[in-house]
Amino acid sequence: MFLLGKGGVGRSTLAAALGVLAARSGRRAIVVEVSGRGDVPRLFGVQARGGVETELQPGLWTLDVDPRQALEEYLRDQLPLRVLADLIGSSATFGIVAAATPGLREMLTIGKIWELSQPRRRLRGSDPYDVVIVDAPATGHGLALLDAPATFASAAAVGPIARQGGRIAATLRDRKLTALAAVATPERAAVDELIGLRRSLGGSLDAELANGLATVRFGADDGAALREAQTRPALEPTTRSALATAIAADARVRAQRAQLDRLQDPLELPLLAARELGIRELELLADGLALAA
Amino acid sequence: MSSQRAPLGGRLCICVGAGGVGKTTVAAAIACLRAAGGERVAVVTIDPAPRLAQALGLDELSGEPRRVAGAGELWAMRLDPKRTLDELIASLAPNDQARERALSNRIYRELSSAVAGSQEFSAVAKLYELDRSGAFDAIVLDTPPSRNALDFLDAPARLTHFFEGRALRVMLAQGGFATRAASRASAPFLGVLGRLTGAGVLREITAFFTAIAGMIDALAERAAAVAALLREESTSFVLVSSPRREAVEEAIAFAGELRHAQLRLSALVVNRVHPLDALAADPAALEALLGPRLAALVAAQCGELVALAEADTAALDRLREAFAALEPMAIPDLGDEIEDLGGLARIGRYLERSTNGTSPSAAQ
Repeated sequence: MFLLGKGGVGRSTLAAALGVLAARSGRRAIVVEVSGRGDVPRLFGVQARGGVETELQPGLWTLDVDPRQALEEYLRDQLPLRVLADLIGSSATFGIVAAATPGLREMLTIGKIWELSQPRRRLRGSDPYDVVIVDAPATGHGLALLDAPATFASAAAVGPIARQGGRIAATLRDRKLTALAAVATPERAAVDELIGLRRSLGGSLDAELANGLATVRFGADDGAALREAQTRPALEPTTRSALATAIAADARVRAQRAQLDRLQDPLELPLLAARELGIRELELLADGLALAA
Repeated sequence: MSSQRAPLGGRLCICVGAGGVGKTTVAAAIACLRAAGGERVAVVTIDPAPRLAQALGLDELSGEPRRVAGAGELWAMRLDPKRTLDELIASLAPNDQARERALSNRIYRELSSAVAGSQEFSAVAKLYELDRSGAFDAIVLDTPPSRNALDFLDAPARLTHFFEGRALRVMLAQGGFATRAASRASAPFLGVLGRLTGAGVLREITAFFTAIAGMIDALAERAAAVAALLREESTSFVLVSSPRREAVEEAIAFAGELRHAQLRLSALVVNRVHPLDALAADPAALEALLGPRLAALVAAQCGELVALAEADTAALDRLREAFAALEPMAIPDLGDEIEDLGGLARIGRYLERSTNGTSPSAAQ
């Protein structure tokens, strides 16, 4: 499952919550990041090194895919000479080769993700996963990631890379095997991007998630009543401030409604007031996702 | 304040921090504040939000400083990393032909996305250029968002290293002269590379090194000069954060890296703090005004804001603990996007107040 969407909409958090949900149902799940930021392990208070599959809680794993390391792994599997694999994988060489080969990074990243989902793992001693949840990079790069195998397969035409590209592309196209979901916060720019994604992916997504929704408290007529109250004479400053807070919140919720209406059957998830998101909040979000789904 | 100088002073003021904390806005506000103090200031931003760009008169991509109307001697420019790098390469090329060959090379054109740090390098290279031009009393730089400070600090060295690409060059040279004994080692290397990435790539790589060959020394020299500039006495770093947990942890990690690199951190700005004040509305007064149902809803709404404010207070305490010598300068959450000079001036006032040692909530 790929989780797409604009930067800053909470993709990592929701990917982690989906992971919790999958693990709850007894499936072996992995949440994959491609950012090199390690946001997912941090949510669980776990230390994880980039490129290493790390267990977050029973049945739930995480991996931050590093394309350079994925290349090294692939080469070690394919080549008898470890020195060569190391040389090609060295960062300066890799930087130049990757620059010379548009899409190589994406191809290596998606190749690694695909490898995780296979019943027989390339990495010796690794178990397969039932569910792979990908915290995809922000919109444009996320699409590039999904397109890479097909592009690569057609560009390379023959050889092992083309064959593998073709197989990965087929897996990604199969909507029974691969689900494409997108996240947006109820703001115009984020929803615009989600709609753009939906269009580029053939008109529909498998799920649209609306994250960070403010609580709806006030009814249709309350806004007017609050504004009217503001005009009364001799209000305490604290009362005035409370009214302003309420009016601002009401306006925010109305704007939010307008954006939600642009999404297709969105799964609605609340804004978590806690600044310190941790396992408890993830459990709450997982509950929310289970309910919404 | 631990620093003897003004925390937001210095001839070069470099704003660093994670993405999404409002770094660009803070950089612009610092520049406004200093221009208001009578200095001739250039603010160099990377990717301003559309309305902030408009406020600074930067609607169009502009590689040259432009005077901002109505803000004293404030000049703004939007950094175009690609163009800055092109200009640099052009200036280092020994002749026109070499310049054209380098600029049109596909690897070179892919550079900005391929090599971590080339944006950062462009940013500091521009800073160096502006500094040497002597046209400004102060330059405020908004840096590209990066995961760690080292991305930014290492950029000069990393880019030079990339251009040098020694190992690969040796291999390619050997591949070109297959008679050499050592080519036994490089032949499979080139074979794998070719098989992996398709034909044409090897040709591109060779062309790249040929094109860039005459410029490596000059580039390394420039990189060293830029690195030295970052360590000058008159250069100060302003770390921008928000009270969000990840941002706080990143800020702490960032500061460690700056310290490690012996760079001077002179201020810590915490943006979008929910103020704790003025929320203790009297429930009876609210109820008299609005009736019990609506009053309860308003109280609940305020309670939510208080929860946010309390979490922010905890975040500030965490920062105080980590930055014993540096009091965080808190800027309240102003709700909307900053979209004009008035908004920047408001942020500037909060910065000024924190510089004078008053906390923003007390100053409100």
